[in-house]
Amino acid sequence: MNIDLTQAALKFTPFHNRTSRACRTNSWYRWSGYTVVAEYSTTELEYTATRNGTSVMDLTPMYKYEIKGERAKEFINYFVTRDLSEMKDNTVAYVIWCNEAGKVVDDGTVFCLNQNEFKICCAVKMQTWLKDSAEGFDLDINDVTDDIAALSVQGPTSCSVLKNYGATNLESLKPFESKDFTIDGYSVLISRTGFTGDLGYELWTNPENAEKMWDSLMESGKHLKIRPMGMHALEMVRIEAGFIQTGTDFVSTEHALRPVRMRSPYEIGMGWLVHLTKKDYFIGKRALKAEKENGTTERVLVGLDIEGDKPAHGAVIYNKKKEDVGIVTAALWSPTLKRNIAIASLMRPYGTKIKDDIFVEIYHPEELEYKKIWATCKVVKRQFYSPERRNMVPAEVY
Amino acid sequence: MTKKIYDAIVVGAGHNGLTAASYMAKAGLDVLVLEKNDYIGGAAVSRELFPGWKYSNCSYVCSLLRPEIMRDLELYKYGLQIIPYEGSATMMKNGDYYAHYHDHDMTVKSISRHSKHDAEAYDRYSRDVMRQCKIIKPLLKMTPPDLTSFKPKDILGALEFAKHFAAKDELGGLGEKEIYDTIRFYTMSIADYLDEYFETDITKAHLAGSAIIGTALGPCSPGSAYVLLHHYMGEVDGSIGSWGYARGGMGSITKAMGECLKSHGGTIQASSEVTNVIVKNGRAVGVATLNGDEFYAKKVVSNLDVKRTFLKITDESDLQPDFVERVKNFKIRGSSGKLNIALEGLPTFPSIPKDDPGGNGDLHFTETIEEMEGAYDDWKRGQWSKMPYVDMCLPSKSDPTMAAPGKHFMSVFIQYVPFELANGGWNEQRKQDFGNHIINRIAEYSPDFKDLIAHYEVRTPKDIHDEVGLTEGNIFQGELTMDQLMFNRPITGYAQYRAPIKDLYMCSSSTHPGGGVMGAPGANAAREILSDMNIKQKGNHY
Ligand SMILES: Cc1cc2nc3c(=O)[nH]c(=O)nc-3n(C[C@H](O)[C@H](O)[C@H](O)COP(=O)(O)OP(=O)(O)OC[C@H]3O[C@@H](n4cnc5c(N)ncnc54)[C@H](O)[C@@H]3O)c2cc1C
Repeated sequence: MNIDLTQAALKFTPFHNRTSRACRTNSWYRWSGYTVVAEYSTTELEYTATRNGTSVMDLTPMYKYEIKGERAKEFINYFVTRDLSEMKDNTVAYVIWCNEAGKVVDDGTVFCLNQNEFKICCAVKMQTWLKDSAEGFDLDINDVTDDIAALSVQGPTSCSVLKNYGATNLESLKPFESKDFTIDGYSVLISRTGFTGDLGYELWTNPENAEKMWDSLMESGKHLKIRPMGMHALEMVRIEAGFIQTGTDFVSTEHALRPVRMRSPYEIGMGWLVHLTKKDYFIGKRALKAEKENGTTERVLVGLDIEGDKPAHGAVIYNKKKEDVGIVTAALWSPTLKRNIAIASLMRPYGTKIKDDIFVEIYHPEELEYKKIWATCKVVKRQFYSPERRNMVPAEVY
Repeated sequence: MTKKIYDAIVVGAGHNGLTAASYMAKAGLDVLVLEKNDYIGGAAVSRELFPGWKYSNCSYVCSLLRPEIMRDLELYKYGLQIIPYEGSATMMKNGDYYAHYHDHDMTVKSISRHSKHDAEAYDRYSRDVMRQCKIIKPLLKMTPPDLTSFKPKDILGALEFAKHFAAKDELGGLGEKEIYDTIRFYTMSIADYLDEYFETDITKAHLAGSAIIGTALGPCSPGSAYVLLHHYMGEVDGSIGSWGYARGGMGSITKAMGECLKSHGGTIQASSEVTNVIVKNGRAVGVATLNGDEFYAKKVVSNLDVKRTFLKITDESDLQPDFVERVKNFKIRGSSGKLNIALEGLPTFPSIPKDDPGGNGDLHFTETIEEMEGAYDDWKRGQWSKMPYVDMCLPSKSDPTMAAPGKHFMSVFIQYVPFELANGGWNEQRKQDFGNHIINRIAEYSPDFKDLIAHYEVRTPKDIHDEVGLTEGNIFQGELTMDQLMFNRPITGYAQYRAPIKDLYMCSSSTHPGGGVMGAPGANAAREILSDMNIKQKGNHY
């Protein structure tokens, strides 16, 4: 495809020739300066691919940074709240990082390629924040977003697809491990990671291999119900899995115009990633320790199970006295669970001590009129769906 | 030794029996399910009759199963996943094809290849059928009122029913014209109904299929339009009228229900045919099985069709003669057969372009309503249709668990096939002839099909009657006509899941809202039983 892109607002990913051909609806989505497919065929079918077969999603727009140097590991452990002092080569960790005030900058994954070389993959531009934070560590920090083509390959048959593709013995790879493969003469890093809550992998390679990789994957999945998946379906699976999304479920400190919108990890369900017992200092430790000790956390991010089947997009949450106690950040009628689920930010003690007797007001559009639905809801685990196959080792093979 | 007394015994582990049992167990009852076969599921099963291939032996697609039931019983926890259809197609003798797709715009584009008029009419048709679906939806959850009773509960129930019939909640109410439309819809033939919208034979034939599946009506018979509605009123995640596969075959539904039941402390005992309901002092107190065992319970619930329930396992002397007479008159005529086929590879259908999603759903080759009516004429004469209507699909094209990668399972539903043949009964030879007839018919549209067959199972209405226990092989456990629907199902005056014998209940497809893998009869029955026991169900959506 030869389109003059000099005037274009958005960049094409290295898969564009393939994704645009596979897209039957011509519907696109802006993602970090790139354009990616929103819906290829129908969102329901793409969603189903992740829960039934394999979905393939272009992940290239994720911001990616490489961090190299003798003190790389030390820096990473200082940068994120999680204790990564024991992190091994070829493993991946899910992390968040904060500012000194203990408010969340972003969440993402850290790849340990070796003890002196790491990669961070995240949703928000991080080059300056990384560099500022790494002052004095003498590291080589580079934005490699455009230098790596990435695909997410997810679903119950994904391991089989990748085995056909050439990833020998992939079934023995454990969740949050990664491995280098040479396939058709080019190298691909495969990590058992993902944003779908299902069995799945992410593939990272040089952009020049992108089209070849896409074609071989589609061929390998021919009998395994493979299908490209767009951003709309991704939103569905990530809500079911209970994953949070920067900009949707919380606002990054880098973006928040109103300082009151910044959130601590404890307010967005990420307390489990804050290791106050970590030996060394990490950014935000002081503030987070104080917050924990003084019990000053104001909000909590929870899962909701809502009556009825009308998704509660953006709905306000009330207590019995009809006082506003929070807001829904993401909502979905879950096709797999047959439940009306939502992720919601509540003012404590709602969601922590008070888990019943809360309501959402749903405005359901019905042909130019809104039906107002006053629905009861229950606070539940945010991880709504997590099938056994997700963490099984060896992975399911078809 | 005193025998254990269960709270409830359910006779039959069909999906409705399992639904009723699960709701009761969830409410705290001690429940036993007795099943005659050595497998559970009734007409919703997946069996591996040939190594490496799973068949959905009877029912093969899911749409009717109420989402509220899947939610209440948390069937996802036990592995249930529905895979939506990608499309459907009718293959034509001239080498062309007619297709519908998951994407509405694609469907309209595809219909307009055949007729611009029909493509436009399809929008209006969809609106009207959708309106009927919205009207019926709340009724599925309700116990029909007893119009012969003057109890306050029934009078209120009748008013409630009428309110829903006027679609007050769902549609903001219907005008007089729309109410007449609804009544017409319930009584019309599908041929007349489609004539009001469409001009081409192929559009009408493609759509009319849903109106004849499983019924002993032809497309020109009054009442067949309702059968279409019965097939449309389900949904796959809000897409009303759409169909999907249960991952792992229809048996995954009953497997999940069985697991749910067990997780709530219920027990299932297979290979235990119930021979009679034990009645003492006018109350059902238990059941006896073929091997002579007796089981006692406070409530006995039958998942068998109404004929088997009252003519086979209940003593006639425990019933009033006029009731028995009405049960005998219940229409339950078998009209469908099935082939389940294991294929070594994907058969080609040259009329459908390769990779066209229309080929990934239900496939047909009946091009006109006349041909369909002709197929029905054969059935009336006691013959299987020479030019049958087939509803054929390859679930393995969408579901990776039915066969090894590259291998396929094909389900072929055949309309019409009689329960009794005019030239004598079914025998092995006739069954094989019938199977070959269908295979040859498919081979006319697929040159490589025959060579790919590794194994197949032929099911006549007689087999379904004998093995699954659906009387005469009627897939709905009783014809879906107005005289047998809602407050008339199964018998006027007995539409509230209670049998004329105290503590005996019905929960099968013979009761409202009828057949198909829907679960609604089972859930409704459980609600009535629990209410008779003064037990409140908590947190349910059904
Ligand atoms: C060939 C075929 C295709 C179909 N296709 C579809 C489809 O694609 N989609 C759809 O929604 N519906 C379909 N149907 C209809 C649907 O399968 C049935 O209406 C539904 O499964 C009936 O469920 P049930 O629980 O009411 O009864 P059943 O499934 O009939 O269950 C009754 C149970 O009772 C057991 N039983 C019988 N007698 C005794 C006894 N004396 N003692 C103990 N147990 C006994 C039986 O073995 C059985 O397990 C199809 C049916 C058939 C036959």
